[in-house]
Amino acid sequence: MYKKANAGHVGCSLSCLEMTVFVKFDLMKAEDELILSKGHAAALLYSVWAEDNIISEKELETFYQNGTHLSAHPPVNKIKGIPFATGSLGHGLSIAAGLGLAGKLKKNDKKIFCITSDGELNEGSTWEAALFISHHNLKNVVWLVDRNYLQGFGRTEDTMKLDPLDKKLESFGFQVEAADGHDFNSLKGAVARFRDERPLAIICNTIKGRDLALQDTVDCHYLPLTDAEYQKLINQ
Amino acid sequence: MRKEFAEAIINLSKTNDKIIFLTGDLGFMALEGVKEYLGERFINAGVAEQNMVTMAASLAYEGFLPFVYSISPFVTLRPYEQLRNDVCLHNLPVKVVANGGGYGYGIMGGTHHNIEDIGSMRILPNMKVFVPFTKKDVHAGLQEMANDPSPNYLRLNLASTQDLTVFSQWRKIKAAEGNVQAVIIGTGTVVDNLFKLPDSLLGGLEIWLLSKFPVYDIPSELSETIHYTKNVITLEEHQGQCGLHETLASLLLKQLKTPIQYHTLFASGYPSGKYGSQQWHQEENSLAGKNLENKIIEFISNPHAR
Repeated sequence: MYKKANAGHVGCSLSCLEMTVFVKFDLMKAEDELILSKGHAAALLYSVWAEDNIISEKELETFYQNGTHLSAHPPVNKIKGIPFATGSLGHGLSIAAGLGLAGKLKKNDKKIFCITSDGELNEGSTWEAALFISHHNLKNVVWLVDRNYLQGFGRTEDTMKLDPLDKKLESFGFQVEAADGHDFNSLKGAVARFRDERPLAIICNTIKGRDLALQDTVDCHYLPLTDAEYQKLINQ
Repeated sequence: MRKEFAEAIINLSKTNDKIIFLTGDLGFMALEGVKEYLGERFINAGVAEQNMVTMAASLAYEGFLPFVYSISPFVTLRPYEQLRNDVCLHNLPVKVVANGGGYGYGIMGGTHHNIEDIGSMRILPNMKVFVPFTKKDVHAGLQEMANDPSPNYLRLNLASTQDLTVFSQWRKIKAAEGNVQAVIIGTGTVVDNLFKLPDSLLGGLEIWLLSKFPVYDIPSELSETIHYTKNVITLEEHQGQCGLHETLASLLLKQLKTPIQYHTLFASGYPSGKYGSQQWHQEENSLAGKNLENKIIEFISNPHAR
């Protein structure tokens, strides 16, 4: 999709690829919701939804084209299972908080999974949502942080230091678990350790643009794949 | 209007169990009854308006009817992107309730005023703006909002004591005695100041009230009076752009066949840099008292005055 569209955002999709697949196919029941707060990884979301036959292969071909529903960030009210358009960072955890509150009021078993980037933790609204989720003990919300240590114009620790992130999230009242965000067993283990006492936040340690020549650089956030790189990935 | 608003919300909640009330940590001496009545459906979302508005969008997505409440700028301008992206783009029925639009918070100062609320809200996709005038308007407006499947904004202020029975977008609230000297079209409770003008001046005025935005048409009776008098004055406790007079001007440009004099009275901010009561700010901006009187006399006697 990215190669055909000659589009960027490849690296940030690769960093949360396994997390998204894990949530969709290992954790989610039919009624559950996944909020991809880092909407710039939309192509990944569309691909995973296509694997679940929510989006057709034919529609995937329209990604980035004029007249598509599959814009570079998730669209408004167009795709089943994508309840909200995301793309402006810092909204997703509040969306999850509201859905979690609704579930609590309705007394249902619906779970809300929210994947945020680490760079978007610069947004104050994310921390407003974290306070709310913790205060109301919304254990039906599971927060996964794609911790790739890179953001839009530099490394997270050079821009606005987030570490010790686990301590920050713990102090906000979450049960915090760490996982290798590219390893399904590690992710499974983090979820298995959930004690059902406090809302769960999983810091998923990842590599932006994993396996690309430009992995772990800001470049892989923006630059489209070269022909050689694309061929190399296809051959792997 | 806060008291009437609280009563109206409780009344609505008696027959609508989907209502959820979220406040941004405000409502002291006003919302205690709402809190008690709604129980777990009353949420103090804290001083965190961005999160509150987005959560309201999620609650609406889940089938609830959420009201979000705060002082006007805190529930409109602070979470503006949340309103646009999460509420309005998705056309979700989130009801934004703002206490004290315009200079309503008086001596509290500029941070608590909102002379940009009607403009900033009315341009959002799917949003309808409600500007009640009387206490009865609050009840009727709120009922209409509860039935509307789209986002709404409600501007609460000190109610007029004029006795108007029907709430509607356009209302002719006063006819002229004899020849019409000018048609005044206003929005919000600032219009009440016209009724304090000397009888000799008030008698020549025909007054119309606009209480909902967006507005797409001008009533034919008003249109005829405008053609006849050719002298229109707009009155709003709102800044000069994006509010009443600009939206009305664009409508008149499309409909009018003859030139008219078009005068505007609006909130220009803080011309002296000083602060006072709501009444004081209205007077400073020629929206009340002697300054309002002088402006109207000037507009009538010299049609080309600005």
